[in-house]
Formats: sequence, C-alpha cells, structure tokens
Amino acid sequence: MTLILFAFLALIALAGGLGVVLSRNPVHSALSLLLNFASIAVIYFLLHAQFLGVVQVIVYAGAIVVLFLFVVMLIGGNIGPYRHGSRTVTSVIAVGLAAAFLALVVWSVVQVLPMSATPVGAPDAGSVQAVGMALYTDYLVPFELASLLLLVGMLGGVVLARRYQPFAEDETQ
Amino acid sequence: MDLSSIDLRAIGAWFHGLLISSGMSQTGIHVIEALVGALLLLIFGLTLVIFLIWLERKLAGRIQDRLGPNRVGPYGLLQTVADALKLLTKEDVTPLDADRVPYNLAPGLAVFHVIMALAVIPFSNRVIGADINVGVLYLMAVGAIGSMAALMAGWASNNKYALIGGFRVVAQLLSYEIPLVLAMIIPVMVSGTMRMNGLAVAQGSIFGFGWFVWTLPLAFLIFFVASLAEGERAPFDLLEAESEIVAGYNIEYSGMKFAWFFLAFFMNSWVLAAIGTTIFFGGWQGPFVDQLPALGVIYFLGKTMILFFVQAWVRATFPRLRIDQMMSFCWKFLVPMALVLFAAVAIILKLNLPQPLEAITLLVANVAILLTGVTLLGRTQRKALYAPKRAFTPTIPRL
Repeated sequence: MTLILFAFLALIALAGGLGVVLSRNPVHSALSLLLNFASIAVIYFLLHAQFLGVVQVIVYAGAIVVLFLFVVMLIGGNIGPYRHGSRTVTSVIAVGLAAAFLALVVWSVVQVLPMSATPVGAPDAGSVQAVGMALYTDYLVPFELASLLLLVGMLGGVVLARRYQPFAEDETQ
Repeated sequence: MDLSSIDLRAIGAWFHGLLISSGMSQTGIHVIEALVGALLLLIFGLTLVIFLIWLERKLAGRIQDRLGPNRVGPYGLLQTVADALKLLTKEDVTPLDADRVPYNLAPGLAVFHVIMALAVIPFSNRVIGADINVGVLYLMAVGAIGSMAALMAGWASNNKYALIGGFRVVAQLLSYEIPLVLAMIIPVMVSGTMRMNGLAVAQGSIFGFGWFVWTLPLAFLIFFVASLAEGERAPFDLLEAESEIVAGYNIEYSGMKFAWFFLAFFMNSWVLAAIGTTIFFGGWQGPFVDQLPALGVIYFLGKTMILFFVQAWVRATFPRLRIDQMMSFCWKFLVPMALVLFAAVAIILKLNLPQPLEAITLLVANVAILLTGVTLLGRTQRKALYAPKRAFTPTIPRL
C-alpha cells in the first residue's frame, strides 16, 4: 500500500520537476515547482515525518513559491524565450551538471544508509518534540547560525528598501 | 429515549464489522474507512455552507434593519439552494487570453484547502478526522494553499483588477498569518501540545474556567482580528473592494466556478471560527460531556456558531479599511503586541508557579499588555490627528 502511494507521489513529483524545467512560461514553472513540493510533503507524511511535511508546505508552498510568483508576475510573465550562445553547448553543460549533482546525491545517500538498513519511519522520529529536541540540543549552533543568516538577509532587505531622502527635508521645502 | 445510548463510536463499530464480514484485507478496510470519513467531512462541509450563507444574509439583514431573504421556502431557508441552482445554469465563461490550467484549477484549490482544514478539527472527543501531532501547524500549511489559489486565480484571469486582487490577497494573508500564528502558539505553549484534540482536552477543568479565553484574552483578541483578515471578511475585505478593484481575484469567474470561491469564503470563515472554538473556548468541552460524548458535538457546533455570528456581526456593522491602514495595523500594532505577549507568556510559564496563581498571572499580563498597547496606539493616533496634513507630498524640482 505504502509502496503504491509512494510510486504515485514520486511520479507526481517527477512530473512537477519536469514541468519546472520544460515550461516555457515562468509562472507555469513556479506552479509545477509547487506541485513538486506538495507531493514531497505528502511523502514526508508517509514516512511519519509530519512536522517536516507540514513545514515543507508552509515554507516552500506558502512562502518561497509565492515569492517566485510575485517576482515573475511583477516583472511580467512572458519575457519570451531567450538564447545566448549555442544551444548545444548550454544543454551539454546543463546535462553534465545535472549528472554530477545526481551522482553526488546517490553517493551521499549510499554513504549514509547501507542498502540493508530499515527505512526511516520510526513512529516518533518526525514529531515536533523529536525535531525540537534535536534542534535545540545537538544542532543548536547550526540552528542559531541559520537564524543569524536570515537576520542578515532581512537587514539587507531593509537597507535596500530604505528611502535615502529623509522626510523632514521635504517638509521644509 | 435513553440519551446515553447515542454513541457515535457504535456506528463506526457497526461499519467496521460490516467491512470485516465482507472478507477484505486489513489495509483495504483501513483505506475504505478513511475514504468514508473524508466523504462524510466533505458532505458536512458542503451542506453546512448552504445554511451558513442563509444565516449570514439573514443576520446582516436584521442588523441593517432589512428583512433579508424571505421568499424561497420558510424564512427564506431555501434561498441558497435556489441561488446555487441559478449559478449551475449560468454560462461558464473563460476569458480568451486566460491561462487555462491555473484558471480552472484555482476554484478547486480554494475549496480544497478549506476542506483539508476540516480534517484536524475535533468535533468531539472521538469525532475527529485525523488527530495529528502537528495539528496547529497543519492548519497554517493548509491556509498557505488558500493564498496560492487566490494568486493563481488573479494571475490566470488575465485581468488587471483580478491581478491586483490576487496581490492584495497575498499581502494581506501573509501579513495577518504572523499575528494569527503567534496567537495560536500561545495556547500551544500553555498546554504543551499541538494536537487540536489535546488543546481541547487541556481546557477541560471546572465549568469552563479552564478555557484559554479566560486566561489569555489578549491572545484570543489578536487571533480573532487576524482571523477576520484571514477569512477575508469586513473590515478587512480589501480583496473584493467593489469600489476599488471591482471584485478582486474572482472577477472573471462566472457560474459554478464563482460559486466555488463563494463557498470557500464562507467555509473558511466557519473553519476559522471552529479553530477559535477549539483553541480558546474549550472545543467540545461542556457540562456532562463525560457522561454523554455525543453532547460534545452539540457544544462544539454551538460555540462555533456563536463565533461565526460575531464575525457576521462585525461584517454587517463595520466599514472597510484602506489598504495602508490595514497593513500598518497588522505590522505596527498586532505583530509587536503578539510578540510581547509571546515573550511574557513564555517567561511566566518558566516561573513554574502553582496552578491558580499561574492562571491569574497570565490574565494580569494579558490585560496589562492590552491596556499598554491600546494606550500607545491612542496616543500616536491623536498625534497623527493633530499633525499638519497634506493630501500629497509635492516633489519640488531642485534648480
């Protein structure tokens, strides 16, 4: 049963991924990305990692894809296909990079998980309590560093969006 | 009639037995039971909306000294059915330059996200779709899908008013999600669980005095205001401001597709009321609920209807805000207040006070933060009122 569901979801995720790459329209790409994220969230649910699944939807579907869509819609959805340089060269580079990345992922998965290992799916491994304990004990420093990174990003946004001309100057004129 | 014999589990047990006697495998039975449960929730949600629309129109009518619907059926009860039939027969128009796939997908997604939210709402101690351990977060995740639906509809309609409406949806929903989540997290901190049913169980002490609305009134107020905005209701219905952007993201939709958005809107309000009931008003808790579990459903629906009534009341009486007022109210008032309350509650909980003292301290902290916030708001508003005003700031070219 789980296997059938997994295969079904994996197919949807793959279709979403292909949609991201193959769509001519950037908005369609972003929506396909949403499909991909959503099906991966459901796969997390299948693995009993409910917290991860929910956070996947909140962060990616709720924030990141919305941000993508916002930017694409503000700039204009139909920029049209553009090509720089030879098509074959770019596609060869793209395929090479994709293959290298795939190899990296496969290698790291094989390194971490021996083939015979039981799949991750302990009933409580993905609960809020378990994730919270891991974040605030074993991984406290990376967690705080990540929050620092976000803070820096936010400050950068504030600086970029700030008016350089103070209001008071306008009033006196 | 012996009321204690009404046990909702008995129906489930009978159905389970029926499936077992048909000789199916364990997984098959599980799948079918889950599907039947989902179907029941779906039917409940969709039929409820018919009643909710009638109720809201009737209430708004009475509040505004009108009669409201009273032609079709007794008290106009069948008005919504007639409207739905009318919408079914209407022509389904798709704009020529619409982006077909997102355009047709958006209404479905809008309804889908509300029905998904119904899954974790505990109607009683036993009647709950799925009591997952991240219930509160799950509701937020599902809400995120709703804003996606509106954005998709706004963009795919290929209409500038629809697109502006879609942008407004995202701006409003993302902004008000923050105070909403912060207000929902506070009861989660107090009770130590994210399960929706766990939250309801945690408020079970003596005669409703355990409800979080008594100890955390400010959290409830923030939640309620933010839920008005999340439900796209007046005074925050900037998304369909007729006088500014015609009708918002659903302007190009006609017939049944428009009806789906309409349905999602009313159900979303009800679901938000149901969440408020579960988190702040004890959910299915009430007198004699231990003896008669079926009473829980009645208490839950009653409390939810009262909250829904207050939402409709606000909608019928308050005028619409301007978009900049709405955004600054969220970011400059609700979010800071929610953050201060969050920190205060966290500190109070760490003090490990004995029970009645802790509740009193929480209440005092809530009231103090509310009063300080309102005083500060009043002071700044008065200052802004007396400040010199200009309709616009002229830009004078420098010579």
